[in-house]
Amino acid sequence: MFRRTVTGRFALRLDDLEKGLLGSLIAQLADLLAPKAELDPMAAMVGIDPEAERSDDPALARLFPDAYSDDDEAASEFRRFTERSLRDLKIANAQTALETLTRAGQKVTLSAAEARAWLLTLTDLRLALAARLEIIDDDWERPDDDDPRAVNFGVYDWLTYLQESLVQTLIEGPTL
Amino acid sequence: MEDDDEESRESTHAVDRWAVCERGPRTAARFGGARVTHKGSLSQERTRDDDSLAIHTGDTGEVTAPADLDRPSLEEAVDVPWITLVWNDPVNLMSYVTYVLMSYFAYSKEEAEALMLQVHNDGRAVVSSGSKENMERDVEAMHSYGLWATMQKDQ
Repeated sequence: MFRRTVTGRFALRLDDLEKGLLGSLIAQLADLLAPKAELDPMAAMVGIDPEAERSDDPALARLFPDAYSDDDEAASEFRRFTERSLRDLKIANAQTALETLTRAGQKVTLSAAEARAWLLTLTDLRLALAARLEIIDDDWERPDDDDPRAVNFGVYDWLTYLQESLVQTLIEGPTL
Repeated sequence: MEDDDEESRESTHAVDRWAVCERGPRTAARFGGARVTHKGSLSQERTRDDDSLAIHTGDTGEVTAPADLDRPSLEEAVDVPWITLVWNDPVNLMSYVTYVLMSYFAYSKEEAEALMLQVHNDGRAVVSSGSKENMERDVEAMHSYGLWATMQKDQ
């Protein structure tokens, strides 16, 4: 689990299996987030994506939700103005997480800014994975241990544990 | 020593306030640049001693820090036309939602926890109110944190 070092950095110990799994998940997230088409240069300059629309993929729909629950037209406009830069932000966080994971040995050490990128990436990972596991409301049920899906729920639980420990480390303040 | 070191030693009242700084100007540019980026610029000056800057708003007698002009009090609705709602979801951790509300809106831990519990128990909570442009910025920020947020006219 995460802990704060005496110099105010954030440290996490992972074995090779955990590192490989986390790296693979983050890379999959980055693939999921990657825009499907290039923007024309003018649109890219002002950060507007005229083609952006609500995704049929439940994971993407959750990562980029409608900003208006009662006004489809306003929601579409908001999406054209914000989704591309949100994608870029989430991809940049995932890349930071992946780079810091890859450069580390079994002990990942993070600056505050890198820890924040990890926190947001763990959130996006859990949201995406939850959509795949159909964790869509508070009544979701865990499959039996002999169910093939149980492994994926185990991964989800592990990500939850990692994120909880990172949040607590961020909230608690420096260890004296 | 890296320059993030001082930041990582911040009190919980302003955990990563630079995150707020980074939102304001970007959104302002996107929505035409006319919007005042008071939250972004002021947040750079915010410290754990913010209470010393508290002023009286006059009409309500409520004490409000200068940086919090578009932040709602927990008790009463503010008479402004747009609100940002955060909705309950089965994924985001209660601790994380609290952290986001503290980090982005600079709510105290007590205020953030009260709002988080409202989201958890009632299914949603109003986390900010103000102009349409400010709510667009707040909703976009909540989406960047992975929270499920929407905006609407207040009534």
